[in-house]
Amino acid sequence: MKAQRAHFAEPLQLRSGAVLSNYDLVYETYGSLSAAKSNAILVCHALSGHHHVAGHTADDPDNVGWWDNIIGPGRPLDTDKFFIVGVNNPGGCHGSTGPASVNPATGKPWGSDFPLMAVVDWVHAQARLADLLGIDAWAAVIGGSLGGMQALRWAITYPQRVRHALVIAAAPKLSAQNIGFNDVARQAILTDPDFHDGHYYEHGVTPWRGLRLARMLGHITYLSDDGMAAKFGRELRGENVKFGYGVEFEIEAYLRHQGDKFAGYFDANTYLLMTKALDYFDPARETNGNLAAALAVAKAKFLVVAFSTDWRFAPARSREIVDALLRNGQSVCYAESKANFGHDSFLMVDDYFHGVVRAYLANVNR
Amino acid sequence: MSTAFDRPDFDVIASWVQPGERILDLGCGEGALLKRLIETRGVRGWGVEIEDAKVLAAIANGINVIQGDLEGGLTGFQNGAFEHVILSQTLQAMRHTEEIVSEMLRVGREAVVSFPNFGYWKHRMDILNGRMPVSDRLPYAWYDTPNIHLCTIADFDAFCAKRGITVKERKVFDDGREITEEHNFLGSLAVYRITRE
Repeated sequence: MKAQRAHFAEPLQLRSGAVLSNYDLVYETYGSLSAAKSNAILVCHALSGHHHVAGHTADDPDNVGWWDNIIGPGRPLDTDKFFIVGVNNPGGCHGSTGPASVNPATGKPWGSDFPLMAVVDWVHAQARLADLLGIDAWAAVIGGSLGGMQALRWAITYPQRVRHALVIAAAPKLSAQNIGFNDVARQAILTDPDFHDGHYYEHGVTPWRGLRLARMLGHITYLSDDGMAAKFGRELRGENVKFGYGVEFEIEAYLRHQGDKFAGYFDANTYLLMTKALDYFDPARETNGNLAAALAVAKAKFLVVAFSTDWRFAPARSREIVDALLRNGQSVCYAESKANFGHDSFLMVDDYFHGVVRAYLANVNR
Repeated sequence: MSTAFDRPDFDVIASWVQPGERILDLGCGEGALLKRLIETRGVRGWGVEIEDAKVLAAIANGINVIQGDLEGGLTGFQNGAFEHVILSQTLQAMRHTEEIVSEMLRVGREAVVSFPNFGYWKHRMDILNGRMPVSDRLPYAWYDTPNIHLCTIADFDAFCAKRGITVKERKVFDDGREITEEHNFLGSLAVYRITRE
């Protein structure tokens, strides 16, 4: 797989009122687009994802796409049948224009001057990519978590351009608890002495301590209590506790490793921006809080999937989407998997979830 | 407890629904009834099913299936959202019998309920002979049956009368044939159309 880059010279009007005068999107495609251009599926990424959704990069056989277990030949998102598109959203840190890119106005990295993005802004940007690829309507738009919110937003904002919306482990809006977690993560970054008001690039440093803490906190919320107990329990690294603050419990080693790894490659400004997009998402805001009214314009058929051990985006939140669609008499399937990996279940190999997606897509016209 | 062998209740239900109606099938299994109603009667259908394998099969059948537990009621479904709410040969296996009937009549204008008639003469014979009935309609031994709320046609009539539920129509079958007299004695399967109106 080789990432492609497209430049968009037409300004992108953002929900915040700001304008992104021009921008690049980095994307990858898998499989072949049919002559009628009717077999395209857009894969939307979540907080830490990007365009590289499947396969491995040309230069590194170990650089496997983040959703490779569900996308590929013969897999539920079957690249022998569908043309799959993965794109890094603007504001990201994997090649598309984002806070680490050069701000044409200053000649220096945007940093915290990069405009905050809303889910709808990403959807508009993705629509322009669809235009570029000649795709009038997606056979399906799919995403998990924040990616699921994009699928939902697509169905509302471009009803004629989405035939099926697959909304996985998502919610129609964040709860106070969710926003609370996000703000603790942001505070960890914002109060890191190396943050420099978001212009750390110029100082040759990164607020990695804050980003590491943000990731460690987030990671706990993405797993289930039972799943963590099963995987780590109270296992110790050594034979006994040492009455110190080094790594003692396996869970500490795991979280610190995950935090270190993430802080080593991810951009803190992108993390801030992504969590804000999550917090702001609430399509029912435009219809006086009535989600059914917001969804009434959608022409897509829906598949909603939740995971019973996901407490960050609990099944009850997915049911809010399902209930709103039912209220409108819209087409919807809802499946609830018992996978034990909490919110992260959507990224894992789960036979039931994968079977559901496979069965659903088998009925999607190509 | 939808089994595929013969479903005369499907024919009756198909004759009771009208094209364009919104239908909710509770315990829809693989979606066989809904698929038939959609294809032959032009209804718009949704189903509720709890078992993973059946949800998967219903999705493969192109049915709008919502995975959920009927014992929790029909929370999330709006009052009067459906013309017909169907509970096909599942009532006897439910713990919250009264609640589900009342929920069906809340979200549907009419409810269609089918169940195996415990008053069927062969079942009475089994009891007289000192054994729990095992038949085509009640294929389970007493120790591994999902059926915990078996009733007779007379019982269900009394249940409806006591709760102000109107029986609009009742059809009774045995061995695939409609029974026209002595329903509670000769019928092994009953199909009811009930309403609050």
